[in-house]
Amino acid sequence: MLLHDTVLVFGRYLRQTLRSRFAMLFGVLMPLLYLLFFGPLLTDLPLSSQGSSWQVLVPGLLLQLGLFGASFAGFAVIIEKGQGVVERMRVTPVSRLALLLGRVLRDAAVFVFQAVLLVLAAVVMGLRAPLLGVLIGFAFVALLTVSLASLSYALAMKVSTPQVFGPTINAVAMPAMLLSGLMLPMTLAPGWLDVLSRLMPFRYLVDAVRDAYVGEYATASMLYGVLVALGLAALAVTVGTRVFRTAGA
Amino acid sequence: MAIISAAGLARSFQTKHGPVEAVRGIDLTVRAGEILGFLGPNGAGKTTTLRMLTTLLEPTGGAATVAGHDLATDPAGVRRACGYVAQSGGVDPTVTVREELVTQGRLYRLTKTQATERAEELTHDLDLSDLLDRKCGALSGGQRRRLDIAMALTHRPKVLFLDEPTTGLDPGSRADLWDLVRRLRDEYGTTVFLTTHYLDEADALSDRLVVVDKGVVVAEGTPSALKLRYGGSIDATLQDTFLAITGRGPAPADSTPVAV
Repeated sequence: MLLHDTVLVFGRYLRQTLRSRFAMLFGVLMPLLYLLFFGPLLTDLPLSSQGSSWQVLVPGLLLQLGLFGASFAGFAVIIEKGQGVVERMRVTPVSRLALLLGRVLRDAAVFVFQAVLLVLAAVVMGLRAPLLGVLIGFAFVALLTVSLASLSYALAMKVSTPQVFGPTINAVAMPAMLLSGLMLPMTLAPGWLDVLSRLMPFRYLVDAVRDAYVGEYATASMLYGVLVALGLAALAVTVGTRVFRTAGA
Repeated sequence: MAIISAAGLARSFQTKHGPVEAVRGIDLTVRAGEILGFLGPNGAGKTTTLRMLTTLLEPTGGAATVAGHDLATDPAGVRRACGYVAQSGGVDPTVTVREELVTQGRLYRLTKTQATERAEELTHDLDLSDLLDRKCGALSGGQRRRLDIAMALTHRPKVLFLDEPTTGLDPGSRADLWDLVRRLRDEYGTTVFLTTHYLDEADALSDRLVVVDKGVVVAEGTPSALKLRYGGSIDATLQDTFLAITGRGPAPADSTPVAV
């Protein structure tokens, strides 16, 4: 039943995405601009001992794509609440978990698709990375999307207006981006900033993807990255399901 | 036979200014096949009650059963037995009528073929056949309402909850909707529980009325019994009766009947 319902909800929202192809491509615009206008600044900087600056920057941009894209996913729920669609679905016997998972998996599919576009553009710019590492990067994008979209939907069920939702997300996403070293690795940071950034879970994901991009798969960073990504996803889906189950929204 | 029964059903919300009791304790019984008009001033707790009876909102007190299923212990059973049309409806304006109806059928666990057949059947019954491939957002107010109801009837529910179904409709569409509600009851024996602010609608459509105010039931009975008891005469308007019951009009709340 859960599988049936999840596929159904996934299909509904995937069709919704496919109807607005422009919006789907628009999401990739911000990281693409970073790639074009920020990436070239880094090519001669000593960012890491291994690999090129693209192998440092592109993992960060991939997770930035997930971070900003997925954390705003909840806007759709706010609109649907106004249309009555959320309640109409919640009075049917459909699994509550499926209502969340169907949406979240759609988001994961969309962002992995955008990540593929981004990596292709990066290859044109000069990125060279092992295929397995690139694939691992996509898996992290998917996991990050699942986590953040779940939390975003949960928040959207709780708040009543986009005026509350938007600023809240921005207030969380901006510091998260800066503190996780998405743009430049935190190894460049002074001690206090490096310590602070270790409290930010996304840092472990970026470090893991950067390792993957230089072909280092059996590292401590990779282990931490996988554990944090899985833990975050499990926590976020639990929170999301709980909210979808009980929300008086 | 009671198809809905509620005892002391209550819901309070926590706000910054302390708890607000939206519904204080609703006791009511609805018989199978009845059209029940659920009336009350704005903020009386009508929608909150409806949302509790349809499992959207967990009660903070009391108990209720809908079609034999307990709200607290068997919400899934309640969901299978009832249909609900919210004030705002519940369709995506960018999706076609056909897609919404088929997806709805699938949410009620019909197979793809069954869901497609059911969508055609419903659109035929509710006079929407020509609109199957139209976007929901392109429908008129009356058509939208019929679609909302079609969505709620997908699984042939025993009980249909309608929250202010005719608000914003033109007189012709309202008359059509009244016919539809009567037809549902007469042909399928569907129990209809509807809220409305239009007292002529309540008068014309309901077998029985329940009036709520400040979160409790303040009066119930057939329209004529209420008119006689609170309005002073069987010829009283429901408007005056309503104002007398809720104490917000000129007639004294405890006026004695004219015919003693």
